Amino acid sequence: MSLTVREFWAVIHGMGLGAIFLLAFAGGLAGLWSLRPEWVTGAGIQERLRRLRDGTWIMAIVAWLTVITGTYIVYPWYRAKPLARATDLSLFPRSYLLANPNLAAWHTFGMEWKEHVAWLSPMLATAVAFVVVRYGPKLGDEEKIRRALIVLFTLAFAAAAVAGLFGAFINKVAPTR
Amino acid sequence: MAQEKALTNGAAAAAALASGIGSLALGLFTTLAQAIVPVKDALNLYNPVGPLSGKTTAAVAVWVVSWAILHGLWKDRQVEFGRVFLATLILIALGLLGTFPPFFEAFGG
Repeated sequence: MSLTVREFWAVIHGMGLGAIFLLAFAGGLAGLWSLRPEWVTGAGIQERLRRLRDGTWIMAIVAWLTVITGTYIVYPWYRAKPLARATDLSLFPRSYLLANPNLAAWHTFGMEWKEHVAWLSPMLATAVAFVVVRYGPKLGDEEKIRRALIVLFTLAFAAAAVAGLFGAFINKVAPTR
Repeated sequence: MAQEKALTNGAAAAAALASGIGSLALGLFTTLAQAIVPVKDALNLYNPVGPLSGKTTAAVAVWVVSWAILHGLWKDRQVEFGRVFLATLILIALGLLGTFPPFFEAFGG
């Protein structure tokens, strides 16, 4: 039972950070949704706010780590070019996909979208985390801002979900090894 | 006892709008790199990653700078949050469009 260095980083990028991201999103979204003075007491607001701060900041930090490891560690292995005479393309996922017309769309659509759209997520998540810290318990009284944060937070998750889903499928069709 | 300073909505509006500007920048750089070869070459900051390195670095730089400027301008002001947030959503939608392969590939490459 072993993993190559490339497989290890693919797992860290996709599954390790991805799982933390998912948990942080769930915690953050529940926190934003329920931060309403009519639902909880002042003490309750404070308790929820701590979880909300943790959830939003963890999601923002993990989103940055995911795009940075993906772009600068895993992606170079994915797009590496084989020698001109190479016949075995299994170590060159991009070339492997493009060489097969039935698989090419995994790169031309899937990877091309994934590698770009993922970078929306950390910017949106960081904006949400900043506002949560800046406004603190007063966020409960700022209905418009709280609703806007829910939308931005969900968009951050959706962008990461598109990237994560395509990443999982592409790594199944043409694994980074 | 010191009087508590009223918290305006400007800081939240600045953070939201800057995230929209950053999203638009990402879509714009992605499409420009596809359409104009010299731009694509200029955005190739790190060979193993290719132009993606420049597109994302430039978009993040635009995001940070725009946030710093907007925060400085709005942090103590009350702004029309609904309109700012609508503009944010439009910018994010344009950014998404710019990163969508059937759209940016229509510009060449």
